[in-house]
Formats: sequence, structure tokens, C-alpha cells
Amino acid sequence: MEKVVYLDNNATTRVAPEVFEEMKPFLTDLYGNPSSIHTFGGGVRKYIDKAREQVGELLAAEPGEIIFTGSGSESDNTAIMSALELAGAEKKHVIITQVEHEAVLEVGHYLRSKGYRVTELPVDRKGALDIDLLADSIKDDTAVVSVMWANNETGVVFPIERIAEIVKSKGAYFHTDAVQAVGKIPIDLSKVPVDFLALSGHKLHTPKGVGVLFVRKGIKMPPYIRGGHQENGMRAGTENVAGVVGLGKAAGIAAERMSGDAAHEQTLRDKLETGLLVRCRDSLVNGADRLPNTLNISFEFVEGESILLLLDDLGICASSGSACTSGSLEPSHVLRAMGVPHSLAHGSIRFSLSRYTTEEEIDYVLEHMPAIIERLREISPFTPQTA
Amino acid sequence: MWNYTDKVMEHFRNPKNVGYIKDADGVGEVGSMACGDALKLMFKLDGQGRIADARFQTFGCGSAIATSSALTEMIKGKTLEEAEKVTNQDIVDFLGGLPEQKMHCSVMGREALEAAIENYRNGTNGKRELEGHVVCVCFGVTENRIRCAIGDNDLSTVGQVTNYTKAGGGCGGCIPEIEDILAEMKGSKSPEEKSAEPEKPARKKMSTLEKIRLIENTIEQDIRPELKKHGGDLELLDIDGNDVIVKLIGSCTECGMTRFTLDTLVGPKLREKVSTELAVLEG
Repeated sequence: MEKVVYLDNNATTRVAPEVFEEMKPFLTDLYGNPSSIHTFGGGVRKYIDKAREQVGELLAAEPGEIIFTGSGSESDNTAIMSALELAGAEKKHVIITQVEHEAVLEVGHYLRSKGYRVTELPVDRKGALDIDLLADSIKDDTAVVSVMWANNETGVVFPIERIAEIVKSKGAYFHTDAVQAVGKIPIDLSKVPVDFLALSGHKLHTPKGVGVLFVRKGIKMPPYIRGGHQENGMRAGTENVAGVVGLGKAAGIAAERMSGDAAHEQTLRDKLETGLLVRCRDSLVNGADRLPNTLNISFEFVEGESILLLLDDLGICASSGSACTSGSLEPSHVLRAMGVPHSLAHGSIRFSLSRYTTEEEIDYVLEHMPAIIERLREISPFTPQTA
Repeated sequence: MWNYTDKVMEHFRNPKNVGYIKDADGVGEVGSMACGDALKLMFKLDGQGRIADARFQTFGCGSAIATSSALTEMIKGKTLEEAEKVTNQDIVDFLGGLPEQKMHCSVMGREALEAAIENYRNGTNGKRELEGHVVCVCFGVTENRIRCAIGDNDLSTVGQVTNYTKAGGGCGGCIPEIEDILAEMKGSKSPEEKSAEPEKPARKKMSTLEKIRLIENTIEQDIRPELKKHGGDLELLDIDGNDVIVKLIGSCTECGMTRFTLDTLVGPKLREKVSTELAVLEG
């Protein structure tokens, strides 16, 4: 394969070699069904139990609070729909934010079409929520509030500790989409009173196809896939054993390495950020108080897809909030909600790092990015003419 | 990942004729930074009236740059009469195809060429003015442009109209109107309905007081609801003769599209409903 500099870790991550090793037996010899009576199959169950403990430890949750799902999106959808069912038919109000991932946002749109009142909380220019407004928005008939722990596009981290306390004090269910936060920043669910939390394996160096829904002990979660006793009867279906075991391992590694990895990513991210701001005039960073691994940066007068295509020619993988890359015609809903002007949103690039990112890779981007931006600015009619 | 042809990638990576012609005979500008793509096309004629040089500047995605480059190559050496016959489909064919969702790039090329030729012939300013009724407020697409794209490319669905013109690709508020235009052009509506073009109400002379009331009503009923869809609002500060002085508030103020909003929504609406002589100014 040609050179790949992978800086799109908020989209998906490389499978950790240790995770792959842990999974291998379950893709080869240990193919039994954990629900079987015979030892060959039933013996596999203990590996699932172990994975449940490992994920629980990463979140400071009990193993019984962990449901393995197929994806973060499944977890998000299920959390909100289950909360509505639990809250009862008379509670017709749902609160989300304007910057949620589509797995929450589009559930909100769907619910609105079904007659629910759906409040979408705004964010300010830095991407932050107005917590007082959030508190005021919770009414007697509010069934569930869903606020992401960290934003996928900008990396902005929300104060979930405070938000969870406010929501619980007002008696609504609280869900958080923590897909981007888990493994990057500490999460202690023994202290933060969330009812539901979603995470995704493939953002955490596990293969695609496995996620987790945390459901707080005591919540009488209704089954949402019927036809089997798996996952405590809530989600029927023979377990994705290899994926679950991999995710357990990945959670264990994350718990062990988090502070070191975060420091490594932040050092490199800051080097990239400062380097780009210095080397490329008319550029600016989107979002404040961010995850250690995320940089969302806008370059004026040029468009994101063009930048990505030229980066791709060099083997550099990133993403953009521009309209053209999404297949829609509007730029990123997150950047628009933040009030980033369209011109800057179209020219936004997201770099997201992982524990595997090296300084050489960052230097490589810093070496080539200025020329890419300059080249596109030479073509652009909006670039101010310099004397 | 878009499935771009090799020819598109070649024209994107090594675009031909990038730049500026100082004493251009014709200049055409379409699009805006807010819309996500924009093209400025210039040409210079030789003694025989053929296009001796064509240059472009483009802000936009890979296919926007590639179509601009292709267009300049295609029109060089042609007379204006020949160049005029270049359709957006010709540009697409030259590039060996474009993804369906990128067809609007070829339409943008075609429109820039039209604007540049018109600029040469009539001395217009080369910018495409929003003439007539604006259907899509998000991207400033007029009914006329939608009709042209449907006719030129034999479009039959709203999705196609969006791919070719962008209309309907923002808030989606104009989709019913696009459906109506499609239905009418595809002949599923009766001729009576067809002829029922939105009639311009004959206006009698208004008193100043009537004018102020009508402006206020139009803002309340036609403009404010559109702005609110985008989290914005507007305040009427003053009316001075035919100058309507307003201030955009809410998310409109920060979105950097203030001028765009005034030009594509507030101005046209007030001119349509109140008086063609009105001008909208920012307070």
C-alpha cells in the first residue's frame, strides 16, 4: 500500500494489534454459541462476561449496566426510544442539541414528525451550550434530554457532569452520546448520573460492528429486539463474540493508557494546530475546550473538498465540513450551529489523531499543507490580491 | 468518496487557464462563497471575433475547478455564436461524466459563460442578477434558472433539479414549488393552469402610510418566517423614501450572509409585494 497518514480517527480507527490478537481465537477455533449447553459453546460465555467487566471498568459502571449492541447509532436510537417508552405517553417533550450526531439528530426529526415537541439547544461561537437555557428548557412533560459528551466534528467537550445533575434534578431521563469521548477523556459513571450512554467500538481501535449501550441499574429497560435472552433479554440475537471480546480488550487498553495517549495526542495536535495557524494565513480553529485529539480548522477563500483531494494525493486522510464532501449542499450542521460563516465552514478541515499518530506524520502534513492552500487560493476568485 | 473520472481529476490537479485577463472583453461571475462554489470567467476576442484567450478563477470542489478548466479549453478558438451553443451536458461529456450530485458545477460553468457573453454584448456588469421570482432562498435560485435546467437537461424529479441547480438543497422549503414547476413543465397540468403565471397585481399609488403598513406586513408574513427557519430575525429600523433600512438579528448577524440574505430574500420580497422601487439597506 502507498503511504497513508491517517488523521481521520474521529471517523474510525485502526484496530489495535492487541485487540486483533485477542479476537483471533473467536474467529477460528472458538466459534461456539455462548448460549449452548455444551462446554464448547457455553464455555465462550465467560469471555463475554469478561468483556462486560472490562467495559464497565473503563466507565466506572457495573457489568450488568453494559449492553452490547451493533453500533453507536443503535445505542443512541435505542436510548432515546426506550426513555420515551419508560417516561410514558403523556410526556411529549424531548431535548437535544443542534450539534448532535445524526444518530440523535434524526431521531429528533423523526419524533417531531410523530407529534413530539423537540427542543434543539443552540451553541455559541465556541461551540458551548448555555447551561441555564438547558435547565429552563426542561418542562414537566420532558421525557428525555440527550446531549453528546464530545462533538465529533470539533471535539468540543460538554460539561456532562453538570448537565446530568440538572436533568436528573428535574426528573427527566438523561442520555449522552459518548462515542467520541470514551477512551479519550476520563468518564466516571459512578459519579455522573447519566441514565443512558452510547459508545462505539470502532472509534476505540476495535473493528466495526460492535457498540455499547450503558443503562443505569434500576431502569426497567424494555426489550427492543425480541427473540432471545441475550443481553439480559433486552437485545436478542447471538452475540458478536469476537467483536465483544475485542471491545473488552480495547476498553482495558484505553483504561490503562488513557492519560499517556491523551498527552501524546494533545502534544501532536497542538503542534499541528500551531504550525498550520503560523504557516497558513487566514486560518482559524473552530471550537474551544476540545478533546485532545481533534483539530477543526478553517482556511478562508478555499473549499474543503478540494483540500481533501489534494491531501489524498499525498496519502493524508482527513475530513471536511464543506457541503461538497457530504453530498448535501449545506456545510456541516455543527459549524452552522456555531455561527461559523458559510465561507469558513466550506473551507473547514478536521484532523483527528490517535495513539498511533507520529510526529513524522504531523511534520509531513505541516510540510505540505501550506502549498495546498496556496495553490487553491491562486485559483480562487476571493483571495485578496497581495501587492 | 466521489467517483471522479480521470479527466476530472486531471483538470482538477492541473487546471488549464487559471487566472485573470486584465483587459477582458467579457467577464461573467456566478455563485458565491456562501453557496459553496463560485466561478469568474473571462475571455478576450481576436480580430476575427474568436475567443483568443479564456481564463477562470474558481472557488469550489474538485469538479467545480475541473468544469471551469474544461470550459475554458472548450470555448477557446470559438466565435461567441459557437461558444453560446456549448451546453452543460457538453462540459460533462468533455470530462467523461460527473457524479449526478455534481451536475450543478457544469450548470454553473454554462451560466458563467452566458453571463460573460452578455457582459460583452450588452455591457452588463457580468454578475448574474437575481431576476424575477426567487424560488430557493437558501441558494438564491430563480424560477427562470430552474426552468432552464429542467428544459436543457430533461429533468423530471426534485432530486435532479437539486443536483443541477442546488434549488431545494438547503432548508427544503421550496420543494413544493419545484414540484409544481416540474408538474407544469412536464405537462401534467392543464394549459389553463400553465397560463396562470403569477400575475403581477396592478398597484395603485400608495400613500406613505399605506406603504409603511405594507412593508411591515410583508416582513411579518413573508420574510420573518423564512429567517426564523434559520434561527434569525429582522428589525425594521426606518423607511426613508424608497430606502428600507433594516437590521438582521439572531443567527443572521453572524452567518456572514447578511448581504446575501438581503439580496435574495428581503429585497426581492419587498419589491414583489410592495414596490419595485424599494431598496433595502443595512442599518
